[in-house]
Amino acid sequence: MKRFEIVSKRVLNPTITWVKIYAPLVARHAKPGQFVILRTDEHGERIPLTMAGHDSEEGTIDLIFQAVGRTTLMMQQMEVGDCLADVVGPLGKPSKMDGLKKVCVVGGGVGNALAYPLAIGMHKEGIHVDMICGFRTKDLVILEDEFRAGVDRVFEVTDDGTYGEKAFVTDKLKQLLDSGEKYDEIVAVGPAIMMKFTCKVAEDYGVPSIASLASYMVDGTGMCGCCRASVGGETKFVCVDGPDFDGAKVDWDLFVERSNYYKAQEDAEREHVCKLTGGVREHA
Amino acid sequence: MPNMRPDKNPMPELDPNVRNKCFEEVATGYTIEMAKDEADRCLNCKNRPCMTGCPVGVRIPEFISKIKEDDIEGAYNIITSTNSLPAVCGRVCPQETQCESKCVRGIKTEPVGIGRLERFVADWHEENHGSDPIEKVPSNGHRVAVVGSGPSGLACAGDLANLGYEVTVFESLHKEGGVLIYGIPEFRLPKKIVASEVAKLKAKGVKFVTDAIVGRAISVDELLDDEGFEAVFVGTGAGLPSFMHIPGENRLEVVSANEYLTRINLMKAYKDDYDTPIMRPKKVVVVGGGNVAMDASRSAKRMGADVHIVYRRGESELPARAEEVHHAKEEGIHFDLLRNPVEIVGDENGHVTGVKVVEMQLGEPDASGRRRPIPIEGSEYVIDCDYVIIAIGTRLNKLIIDTTEGVAPTERGGIAVDENGETSRDGIFAGGDAVTGAATVIKAMGAGKVGAAGIDKYIKGELEKKQK
Repeated sequence: MKRFEIVSKRVLNPTITWVKIYAPLVARHAKPGQFVILRTDEHGERIPLTMAGHDSEEGTIDLIFQAVGRTTLMMQQMEVGDCLADVVGPLGKPSKMDGLKKVCVVGGGVGNALAYPLAIGMHKEGIHVDMICGFRTKDLVILEDEFRAGVDRVFEVTDDGTYGEKAFVTDKLKQLLDSGEKYDEIVAVGPAIMMKFTCKVAEDYGVPSIASLASYMVDGTGMCGCCRASVGGETKFVCVDGPDFDGAKVDWDLFVERSNYYKAQEDAEREHVCKLTGGVREHA
Repeated sequence: MPNMRPDKNPMPELDPNVRNKCFEEVATGYTIEMAKDEADRCLNCKNRPCMTGCPVGVRIPEFISKIKEDDIEGAYNIITSTNSLPAVCGRVCPQETQCESKCVRGIKTEPVGIGRLERFVADWHEENHGSDPIEKVPSNGHRVAVVGSGPSGLACAGDLANLGYEVTVFESLHKEGGVLIYGIPEFRLPKKIVASEVAKLKAKGVKFVTDAIVGRAISVDELLDDEGFEAVFVGTGAGLPSFMHIPGENRLEVVSANEYLTRINLMKAYKDDYDTPIMRPKKVVVVGGGNVAMDASRSAKRMGADVHIVYRRGESELPARAEEVHHAKEEGIHFDLLRNPVEIVGDENGHVTGVKVVEMQLGEPDASGRRRPIPIEGSEYVIDCDYVIIAIGTRLNKLIIDTTEGVAPTERGGIAVDENGETSRDGIFAGGDAVTGAATVIKAMGAGKVGAAGIDKYIKGELEKKQK
């Protein structure tokens, strides 16, 4: 197998794709919660993606991504046998599981995929895991069978009620907490706004929360400071101090602002993905 | 009879108003006539004071004599017997505080332009002999790992390869060169020069593994225990960028110089056909007065901005090389000296609208020997801008210390080493910014050479064991 070759690909829905990539150096020590930085080709940008799983023996890592920016749109076009230019990792601190007995993992959209290895990993460690999977609509639902098989209870909600309950994840979380469920921790993985309000609910009910922050990054090793967030009044680098942080301490308004900084440029770039060659550019 | 011209042959440069709009190299280099005229200024002093100023011990009068004799390749061979990256050093070394500061000609007039001559020789070699086959030294059968492909790692790998070691360099980024690639801009050090130096090392048999982050993907202990390396040299460079901890510092348009320069240099965000996004602000404030601040401000100028450098001390305290300050001024960078930022101000959406600064005056000299800047009460005002680049230095990178048991830190948090470049662990060596904190390319290279010599002694069993 070639370095960073796509060894399998599964289309989960029109925007979300699951790929397995041959990256033995990354797979060897990878742990749930850690991420990689990747580049599609010589002209590409470096983007961070949380690993959705890994197999140290096979030397592969799993990435589940939503095609939103130029890089992920190009990755969506790549097929088995194609190679990414670069995959570096494992980066960031692994998620903490020590001392937990019962947790609720709350996923929003593609965040469900990123929460997947952690939820499964916690369950394997003997922790009771309830999973709230939130999606906008039925067509976007992913990984339902995997979650059903891998955690204790799964609650699916959609914004429009086309699948599961019609509710936001925060409504479902409140409902569970109101019904007397006691959690040691609530883990939020998803869009910044969804994490902000999930952590707010947790705080209101006096339950500790952890949010897995996804920031813009360049090197991913602490060298540039692009990913900084304010946590408990201190500036932290998501790449080396995180990506998991105490949800009650994150300055969410700042985080949401910083998460959208390059949005206009990204929207413009998206129009540039070649419709002829798909993901693969001609220049080397 | 030496050429008694009092000043150095000036370096030909692109016009300031042309170069501040593009990333072409500023200094275009001596012609052979200029080089020979400049070489004739060297007195060939018997006691070679210039050499004492060189961290890698380049035999300066000898290589200059070869230029006088029109034997440029001979000059190249003399330089490269101790310095593996002459095209880099000739461009970025602070010669004015090193070799040239010791030059006898410099006592009364200008010193010999040693750096310019070194660059000329390296460029001449590249042009005329760049594609000559490189002889590989036969392997001595010993394997050494180098962590980081910046100046210290490249110098260490080069020296070890010359001694016959099988060297593998691990680099965490996708391209080899470290700060020479992500930090120093194209207009000061063209990336093709770095690529060519790396290619020469590859031809000598040095292997490079990019995208490999030692301390995460593989530990130093695994390199030694599982991967069959007998010694490891750690040249991981300086670490996290420092911020000032003033209000507003996490506003959207506040970036570290590392981030700004990496987007431009490594990721080539200034070119349309590269994907990495970069903003094109109208007015930029760069905080800091070192070489990195000059690189960042000159890059921002080239991206089309009006640029102000804000520095808390005065002109004579600027830590940047005089040449860099001169170039920056020529290119139209404004220097707002004796000013210290106290707040980054902005609008309700998190965007930057200016930097509030306080005027400073200089008091008594502090521990660094420079006069201490003292704020003048009530002198605050706002410099309007829409982008701020912080270039006030870096903290030390702790990854290797945190993930390698028994490697002791210095008081400041760097990796502690002895005179052989060896850490508190047998067989683990270190050098460059990872040890000293941010310094210069040439000092890092000097440390890489010390490490290579130390590793050679260690593998030959000539170093005293620290662990039983």
